[in-house]
Amino acid sequence: MNVLDLFRQGDPDAFETIFRLHQRAVYTWILRIVRNHAEAEDLTVETFWRIYSARARFDPGRGFGPWARRIATHTALDWLRAQRPAAELPADYAAPFAADPGIRAEIRQKTAQAFARLPARLRVAAILAVVEEQPHREIAEALGISVAAVKVRVFRALRLMRKDLERQGITPWKQTVKTA
Amino acid sequence: METNCEDRVKELLRRALPPVDTGAEPARDLWPLLLKRLDARPAAPAWFDWALIAGLLALAALFPTAIPVFLYYL
Repeated sequence: MNVLDLFRQGDPDAFETIFRLHQRAVYTWILRIVRNHAEAEDLTVETFWRIYSARARFDPGRGFGPWARRIATHTALDWLRAQRPAAELPADYAAPFAADPGIRAEIRQKTAQAFARLPARLRVAAILAVVEEQPHREIAEALGISVAAVKVRVFRALRLMRKDLERQGITPWKQTVKTA
Repeated sequence: METNCEDRVKELLRRALPPVDTGAEPARDLWPLLLKRLDARPAAPAWFDWALIAGLLALAALFPTAIPVFLYYL
């Protein structure tokens, strides 16, 4: 009997083995979505708790990685939905990942704010597809939607961001800040 | 024009929120935290939750016509 079968039966040693094998991948995936190390750690714990709780529904034939990623995505999505709107976006939202100094701080901040104001489900699709450049198929599996639906979400996210930036006086195709 | 705008927004987004470091690892051992989480019992409903449920059931039994009104205000 392999470790995944033992895990399904609730074997704690098998679960620890799986946790040690997959925790980094799950953590990185969540970090990509929430962009906060401490929150990503807590959500990784929450994800593996959900994984353990749902072990009876795990199908070993479909692989542990994609299943874990899907649960991780929904855990991160739940967290994003529970956050306050982007009006209270922390000033260091982009800072931990060394934003490009080639664009002005103001534009960078306003872009991050426009992004954070998007609905959570659009934000997840956009960050994974545009920023993290993950394959659409992988994002679709993680979100439990079709590849076409991922593309629609990314398109809608970009369109909403464009309108938001325009409202803030930034016209993205010119990359200039309007002055009054 | 539309595609151009979309590309520019993508570019701004990538510059504002660069990709995370794929070599990132948790700063602490998460296994003990997970064990603690697994051992935690779900919180039992407080006595007033049970009292509220009992009250609602009593109300429904005594005044069945109030059920639709109650559902309307949910």
